[in-house]
Amino acid sequence: MTIDTTTLLAIIAMAVVTYFTRIAGLFVANRLVLRGRAKAAFDAIPPAVLVAVIAPTALTTGWAEAIAAAITAAAAFRLPLLGTVAVGVVSVVLLRGVF
Amino acid sequence: MDQANPHSGAYGREARAGLRDIAPAAIAAIPIGLLFGAVAAAKGLTPAEVGLMSALVFAGGAQFAAIEAWVHPAPIAALAFATFLINVRHVLMGASLGPKIRMTTLEKFLSFFFMTDESWALSERRALDRPVTGAYWAAMVAALYANWLASTTLGAVLGSFLGDPARLGADFAFTALFIGLIAGFGRSRVTLVTVAVSAAVAALVHRFIGAPWHVASGALAGIAAAYLAAGRGARS
Repeated sequence: MTIDTTTLLAIIAMAVVTYFTRIAGLFVANRLVLRGRAKAAFDAIPPAVLVAVIAPTALTTGWAEAIAAAITAAAAFRLPLLGTVAVGVVSVVLLRGVF
Repeated sequence: MDQANPHSGAYGREARAGLRDIAPAAIAAIPIGLLFGAVAAAKGLTPAEVGLMSALVFAGGAQFAAIEAWVHPAPIAALAFATFLINVRHVLMGASLGPKIRMTTLEKFLSFFFMTDESWALSERRALDRPVTGAYWAAMVAALYANWLASTTLGAVLGSFLGDPARLGADFAFTALFIGLIAGFGRSRVTLVTVAVSAAVAALVHRFIGAPWHVASGALAGIAAAYLAAGRGARS
């Protein structure tokens, strides 16, 4: 049961930020109306963040990962989430055998 | 069934409805939680740290992003900023759900700690034809919370026995999971522009500056691209 101090502080920082986002809406209820470009930018936040997280692994690690990412993306529009993960993992294992 | 007390019967019905509605999401979260714990363990986190993070943060997307960008010692400011970017959607979700849920203000401040995409979406759906009660919400979030805490901690315990996740391609499971989540945002022109710009900037920053700054810079570039792309679309 060991907990590193810096890790603990990072977890607490993440927790405080997350709780703030969860209750902030209660203050602005019925007052926050986004439209046009501002709404498009706000709606783009989740996909933009998710892509930024995985881009280094998917694009700059090697051919096996890049091709597996493309296969996974094609599967993602047809399969449920766990099926997509399975396709990604199997293709990267097979492709790492090739490259 | 307590026929003598209509209130306890109503609570029971509401709680059972919450459990029934959340069950598919909770079951689907088990392998995801195991995976999170295993990869977190491979990044050097102890099972206690993984359990603590799940208990205090309780946000799958932000936890996955943090672990993917995790280095030692943990970069606190960068992780907090990435967490904010991923979870800022909660502000709109809470603003929308807040007036629809039957709770006192204090109850809302306590219970919204447990808000997730799943419980929010199910409550919004229920709010279309009936009020969302505290019992319904409590049953849903308690099931999801216990489930997430147990599966991620167990994953960390098992993960430290499994060893290097790259051996089984498990290191790529994160990437595949995120690709699946990104696909859920659709293929509109603005989304495709966002994805392309965010990916390019994040890859470049990771290469020339390093982790974890690629998350914030890629995300901000993608958001700016969406703002510009939507503007062009609105004029044409």
